[in-house]
Amino acid sequence: MKRQIPLALCFLFGIVMIITQFSPHPVSKSIYERVISGALIIGPFALVLATITLIQTHINRIQRRTEHWGYSFVVFAGLITMVAIGVPFGPENPIFVWLYRNVQVPMDATMFSLLAFFIASAAYRAFRARSTEATLLLVTALIVMLGNVPVGDLIWNSLLSLTGLDSIISQNGPSSARGWILDNPNLSARRGIILGVSLGVISQSIRIILGIERSYLGGGD
Amino acid sequence: MKHNKICLWIAVCTTLFLWTSLGYCQGSAAPTNVVAIDTPNDDGSSITVTWDVPAETSGIVGYNILSSVDGAEFSKLGEQLSLDDVIDQETNMCMYQDTSISRLNTYTYIIQAVTETGEISDSQATESVSAKAQIFHTGKIPLFLAMLLFSAAIVGSIYHARSGKEVFVRRIPGLEAVDEAIGRATEMGRSILYVLGLGSVSNVATIASMTILGQVARRTADYETPLRVPCNDPVVLNVVREMVKTSYLDEGRPDAYNEDNIFFITESQFAYAAGVDGMMIREQPAAIFLQGTFYAESLILAETGNSIGAIQIAGTDSEAQLPFFIAACDYTLIGEELYAASAYLAREPMLLGSLRGQDWGKLFIFGLIVLGVILELTGINWITTLLQNVR
Repeated sequence: MKRQIPLALCFLFGIVMIITQFSPHPVSKSIYERVISGALIIGPFALVLATITLIQTHINRIQRRTEHWGYSFVVFAGLITMVAIGVPFGPENPIFVWLYRNVQVPMDATMFSLLAFFIASAAYRAFRARSTEATLLLVTALIVMLGNVPVGDLIWNSLLSLTGLDSIISQNGPSSARGWILDNPNLSARRGIILGVSLGVISQSIRIILGIERSYLGGGD
Repeated sequence: MKHNKICLWIAVCTTLFLWTSLGYCQGSAAPTNVVAIDTPNDDGSSITVTWDVPAETSGIVGYNILSSVDGAEFSKLGEQLSLDDVIDQETNMCMYQDTSISRLNTYTYIIQAVTETGEISDSQATESVSAKAQIFHTGKIPLFLAMLLFSAAIVGSIYHARSGKEVFVRRIPGLEAVDEAIGRATEMGRSILYVLGLGSVSNVATIASMTILGQVARRTADYETPLRVPCNDPVVLNVVREMVKTSYLDEGRPDAYNEDNIFFITESQFAYAAGVDGMMIREQPAAIFLQGTFYAESLILAETGNSIGAIQIAGTDSEAQLPFFIAACDYTLIGEELYAASAYLAREPMLLGSLRGQDWGKLFIFGLIVLGVILELTGINWITTLLQNVR
């Protein structure tokens, strides 16, 4: 019974939500909006539970004096400060907004900017020409990178005029080659992946609606 | 007498010329072929009025739309519309959609053409029309049929697999490596870090990731390897706790389950990335699973995992993040392989059967693409037209 009711509800709501996608009737729209709103209501309750687990995790860290346990006080300081200002005075409060803009946003930006360095290190490993595929990747990447910056076309055009080949070979080669690579092989591969993903999503959804895939309920039986 | 006759002829000709000229001018300025219909495939909240595109020489610069409710006096709707506002390039007709209507009333429309000189010419009033809500969107019939066909292929394959016939599934290295990764962590006495990405519980990729986590948890329960799951979504956290707990119970190792190992960090994208990176550096897990929906944080996580020398198995349906995972991880489940993972790991015939149905779907699409290309090359474009009309 513990499993049968969620499975029956899943089947019922799965079928109803599919039907709503093919019916523009106001009743269908209303059902869709009500179900979505219902799902949104669960969020805040779950957030309370999640916050409790966060607090428990950091209390345990402080009690057990695990490595870097002192940082757990920083978590509590941030949590208490934002709740103490945000709950009684609302998210429009100037102090709350100031803390958001001058603490959270810069820290987010810092993490995001690390991406540039990670891209460089990942690209270094990926582009090492140790096999035919890696060499192909390296050459393609070089063309795309040169095509993305104006200096790529400038170098190409200068070389053509120096060698006198500008009357035979077309100008702006890197940017044209970049466009061709992105619009043809790259886009084809992406669409192939998207098609596979879409079919995978439908297949997974059918398995869930029919109750064949039920591990999300806890366990596979 | 003769002089009078000539004068009479001149008068008649002049009158005829002026009358026909006036008639011609009025005919060219007044909108023609004005038709009002209930907008197809909507919820009954609009009526569409169409009329012919004016000739370039007509001098028309805009239109006023007049409507009458239940036969009452006509009144103007909104401001004057320019030609750009009303000309529909797809159908090459002028079009106006009245969304200020009620399904309980009937409506009649007159279109007023306004010329450069400010002259106004009224069209004929349209027939009375009322709006009705449609139950089925006829523009989605091809999509509906494709969905039925694909669903039938999957369900048919599932029931075929139930009969006990073996289903061949190609080897997926990323999933073959799951046991290797868990074994490595066990031998090294270190933990396994499982990251579900930033997707919510309504995201199919997150559900697929959870099913893989269920299988991983069964193995870690056997080996007593610590499994750490930092969550980004509160609902996902609670579902994952239940899932992992049940997996440990199913393996007869409830004592090995530690609820504290599955915890919430934050909903903020980069704060979450920072938290998980910190865990990687501090705890040095031997195996890292990055499965689910990822955005810009994908490479931040994968590169940090790479720097600590952990074996990394990634999988995502976010095609923009795949190159990063391929570059930084040992194994990557590309797109649909993520959805095949639960069937592959569980080896349940019914789940494996659905993979065969998925392949039938791919074969059908591939056949349609080849047929479409051949037909387009021979100048027949009904497949393209059909697909373009799917809304």
